[in-house]
Amino acid sequence: MSEEKCITASCSIRDQVIYINSKPVFQNKELPISGFLDKAYQHFDIRYPKFYKMDNLSKLGLLCTDIMLKENFKAGNYQPDETGIVLMNASASLDTDIKYYKTVSDIASPALFVYTLPNIVIGEICIRNNFKGENAFFVFKQFDATFMTGYVNNLFDSNVIQACICGWIELLEENCSLVLLLVEKQKANHSITFTEDNINKIYRVENG
Amino acid sequence: MSASVLIAGAGVISAIGNNIAESLDALESGKAGMGDMHWLDSSHHGKLPVAEVNLSNKLLAERSGLPATITRTALLSTIAAKEALADSAIENFHELRTGFISANTVGGMDKSENFFAHFLSSHEKGKLRNIIHHECGSATELVADQLGISDYISTISTACSSSANAIFFAARLIKHNLLDVVIAGGTDALTKFTLNGFNTLMILDHEPCKPFDENRRGLNLGEGAGYVVLVSDRVASSLKKKPYCSLSGYCNANDAYHQTASSPAGTGSFLAMKGALEQSGLSPADISYINLHGTGTQNNDISEGTAIKKLFEPSYPKMSSTKSFTGHTLGASGGIEAVFSILAIKHGLIYPNLRLVTPMKELPFIPETKFLKNEKVIHVLSNSFGFGGNCSSLIFSKL
Amino acid sequence: MADLKLQIIAQLNLKDLKPEDIGDDQPLFIEGLGLDSIDALELIVLLQQEYKIKLSNAEDGPKVFQSVRTMAAYITAHQPQKE
Repeated sequence: MSEEKCITASCSIRDQVIYINSKPVFQNKELPISGFLDKAYQHFDIRYPKFYKMDNLSKLGLLCTDIMLKENFKAGNYQPDETGIVLMNASASLDTDIKYYKTVSDIASPALFVYTLPNIVIGEICIRNNFKGENAFFVFKQFDATFMTGYVNNLFDSNVIQACICGWIELLEENCSLVLLLVEKQKANHSITFTEDNINKIYRVENG
Repeated sequence: MSASVLIAGAGVISAIGNNIAESLDALESGKAGMGDMHWLDSSHHGKLPVAEVNLSNKLLAERSGLPATITRTALLSTIAAKEALADSAIENFHELRTGFISANTVGGMDKSENFFAHFLSSHEKGKLRNIIHHECGSATELVADQLGISDYISTISTACSSSANAIFFAARLIKHNLLDVVIAGGTDALTKFTLNGFNTLMILDHEPCKPFDENRRGLNLGEGAGYVVLVSDRVASSLKKKPYCSLSGYCNANDAYHQTASSPAGTGSFLAMKGALEQSGLSPADISYINLHGTGTQNNDISEGTAIKKLFEPSYPKMSSTKSFTGHTLGASGGIEAVFSILAIKHGLIYPNLRLVTPMKELPFIPETKFLKNEKVIHVLSNSFGFGGNCSSLIFSKL
Repeated sequence: MADLKLQIIAQLNLKDLKPEDIGDDQPLFIEGLGLDSIDALELIVLLQQEYKIKLSNAEDGPKVFQSVRTMAAYITAHQPQKE
């Protein structure tokens, strides 16, 4: 059996509260989702002006990856093609599809159209971090920890990647739920093993 | 673990043919599929050439066994997937562990956009049944039901590389002995949503496209579906029909450059092709034919061409873009082109790159412009590069 | 030009910027503001929506959108006459 991988950091969002490694780090329940994302971006002093051009799904992915990786990831340990990204959700890019389609009756917006695919959020994370490893986006009815552990473990065991950002990133209008994990081979101070049980615990804690 | 993954069957439908035989005829006779739109009701009628499948929803429904009210994406998918399944002639199919991995980008958008138009004018209008199958996974499940597959079903949505990714995900499931047979590929129907979107990005050619031509002006959108049936070597050895070939290499990488444009150096493309070669244990000189991603946009062709130059120089295999026939079928393109690749191996064919008049001045090679038969086609590299920097390459090899 | 700067900021979602931050002759693309190809397309949409000017040839873009000043000059030269 291959050695167990480690979750060296995690980020989750529920009810507009952001948790890093299960500790709440930011919340704002008054603003609608777009305001919440912009406020969090400003709060964490991210300084990446392209953020404002992104759709809500990409903002969500970029923001959460940034704050999760900030203290917990040593980019220098890996080559660009060694870090992979595997994400999934239920609504694909439907939130942006709706917004884009409203512009079609007048003049279709190119800036919105480029986000009408769920994997663009992966593209944005890769551009920001210079990750060139394998990436995939799956559409499932609900979060599937069994699939995720199997798929990601396989990528590690086949030496396709040496580090992975994986998780569930669902956003549709005002409903948003996210669980992102940083998975590596080496243990770190507060890491836990990358198992279905541990993943489900993280997901359930944040989801009641 | 299965040492190899073999291709036991294939099925395809696109603007150039409703099945494999028709497609091969068109590829040989140089008959491309783009023209004026017949089925799509868009304001760009008469202005933008598209490559539609030559069947109305009613006829597609009859051939697929689904009602005509079902999204065109699922209708196309059913027809191609059923052809693939029948082609593989696996007698004990329902006793094996079977899977269906399908990719698409539009889901049920063809129906949703019509609903939306009614709904916007008044919230009382529009038939709700038209939006039930909107989300991408829905089309996959409808088709899986038609095929009688329930062990494992999944949907991948990564833009233009979607069905290539579906194919190699299926290969992994077989290699790791999770499934015995997987039908994998993708489908996409033409919609106003995509046509308007690509038009607003100003990357559509107002004439039939010219991939890898110096004066290319963009792509033509197409629609269709393409699936291959992947099996383990254990299953393959029990089949009466000899498999087409093996899937010997695959790789995915991210270009990390821009949401929709490719990097000038073609980094993502280079990494994907190189990775697929490494996995298959082949060197660039072993490749007999490259089925290019070749959309015909200024950006893709120079980016892909630069990556090919870097990887293959100084000697280049024959290559062509079959999008010059089928248009860019988005989520279906990886699947359709996988089918063309395996047919190239089986029948010793090299497809022409149509309408290439002036070679690109930056590149030291020229795609093939004639249809060739009786060629030694041993290893084929098929490229699919998608928005979001998602780049995939597949290698198929003669047995 | 001040109005145009406000419109550019709104159309391109440049939330961190104020009109004072954009120089009249500052290059908009590559260096300067560092806009990209999608921003160029949105500026084409801006011309059409706000000024009813249709730029059908994307290749004219780099000249027209070189700076706020060149954009303003183009608009003045091409704006359809009001009845």
